[in-house]
Amino acid sequence: MQIIMQGISKSFNGKVVLDNISFADNFQSMAVIGPSGAGKSTLLRIIGGLLAPTAGELYIDGKKIIYSERELQAYRRTIGFVFQSRGLFEHLTSLDNVTLPLVHVLGISREEANENAYKLLSRFGLAGEGHKYPFQLSGGQQQRLQIARAVITKPKLLLLDEPTSALDPELTAEVLDMLDELQNDGLNTIIVTHEMGFAKKACEKIIFLCDGVIRESGPGSRLLSDPRSPELRNFLNKVLEWHV
Amino acid sequence: MRTKICKTLYIVGSMAAVAAILAAFLWISLLRIDHKLDFSTLLEFKVRLQQGFVMTLAISAGSLFLSLLIGALAAVGQHSRVLVISYLCKVYVQVIRGTPLLVQIFFFYYIIGTAWGIENRYLAGILILSLFEGAYIAEIIRGGLESIDSRQYEIARAIGLSPGKTARLVTIPILMSRILPALAGQFASIIKDSSLLSVIAVSELTQTIQEISAHNFKFFENYFSLGAMYFIMTFVVSLITRRLEKVYKHADYYARHL
Repeated sequence: MQIIMQGISKSFNGKVVLDNISFADNFQSMAVIGPSGAGKSTLLRIIGGLLAPTAGELYIDGKKIIYSERELQAYRRTIGFVFQSRGLFEHLTSLDNVTLPLVHVLGISREEANENAYKLLSRFGLAGEGHKYPFQLSGGQQQRLQIARAVITKPKLLLLDEPTSALDPELTAEVLDMLDELQNDGLNTIIVTHEMGFAKKACEKIIFLCDGVIRESGPGSRLLSDPRSPELRNFLNKVLEWHV
Repeated sequence: MRTKICKTLYIVGSMAAVAAILAAFLWISLLRIDHKLDFSTLLEFKVRLQQGFVMTLAISAGSLFLSLLIGALAAVGQHSRVLVISYLCKVYVQVIRGTPLLVQIFFFYYIIGTAWGIENRYLAGILILSLFEGAYIAEIIRGGLESIDSRQYEIARAIGLSPGKTARLVTIPILMSRILPALAGQFASIIKDSSLLSVIAVSELTQTIQEISAHNFKFFENYFSLGAMYFIMTFVVSLITRRLEKVYKHADYYARHL
């Protein structure tokens, strides 16, 4: 998948979060890393059509994204989005959370939607959880369910906003395993993450975002083993300080 | 097994004790004023009582429907970007909640009603009561809407749900499950507050009892029965609410009937 950003900026009430970002690359799986407040989530929301940039243009596979509510509604249907936490409809069961986009966005019949959903739930190890409400699931199950909900519509691109940052290491591994499997199946993904191991091993490209600009980008293995900018070196030193 | 019987006995015994204490208090009070109970004269007006009962129910039901509509509009209107609408809704809620219903009944019926030619006192009664209760319902709905996590809307946007479907599938089910207890309490209030419409001679239950009292002078029996009849209505409302609360818990009713 090809992504091109031309001069993308975003500010909230005069505070600049993204500062004139220009970037172009082909990728199948990409990780966005960087310190808190760097603008990672904002950038991901702009790519997902949940936020409109203050200035600049975004192209996905050569197609310009038009930030009008009408166009965005259609665009978002082609994208899967996974939130950091609380990303499920709280009043719906697991099954209904997963089938809702099929039935009410794509207009697929309930029987067919249920069938698809059951298949996906059992693939993600959630077979027995269909009747449960989000608050009855563990954090790891909630995140896996979110991913199931996001991929059931067969999106061309899956975006994940720190999907494991609220999980303990065991549950993190659960979610990342599943994600790795999806990427190996050929799903295009962009993930904002603090899991450097996952970024390095599972993502072919990495973007390092700091103070609203992309300081460094490139193949994952190169970026983490041979950081060139002082900001990234500094960041990696901090993140990996207590790493075994 | 034995402990279970003991527990049941304890519960039933406690209930009986409460009933006995209340009945004894009432009975001693009656003895002190040397009053002999006689419900027979009240029963002669059975048909009128029934009519009053039905009228109170009809007015309350009409007001419930209308006040829900007014309340929903006022709740949403307060967030309107058009300042005139937003201020109008805020002023409405503040003024109505800040003044007694009795004053509003007189003001709207004798001044506004006369000025705009609303002659029918039943229609006027329903309108006034709806305006009054609508302000409270607006606050209930506004609070409910504000309690919904904004992430729920973000999810809806992320999956490409249209605004209309977001309202139908997300906002309303979550809102209903949150505000239903408060709404039911408000419906009980409507039933009780409708008694004040007797001051403009709407012949609902209270007005009927007042008229009967002018004939038979059995004030204790009349008003005791009046209270009992209101209690029957509000008690049924609270029973229905308890059932609905179970249904709307996690709003799974909607999930099954999408």
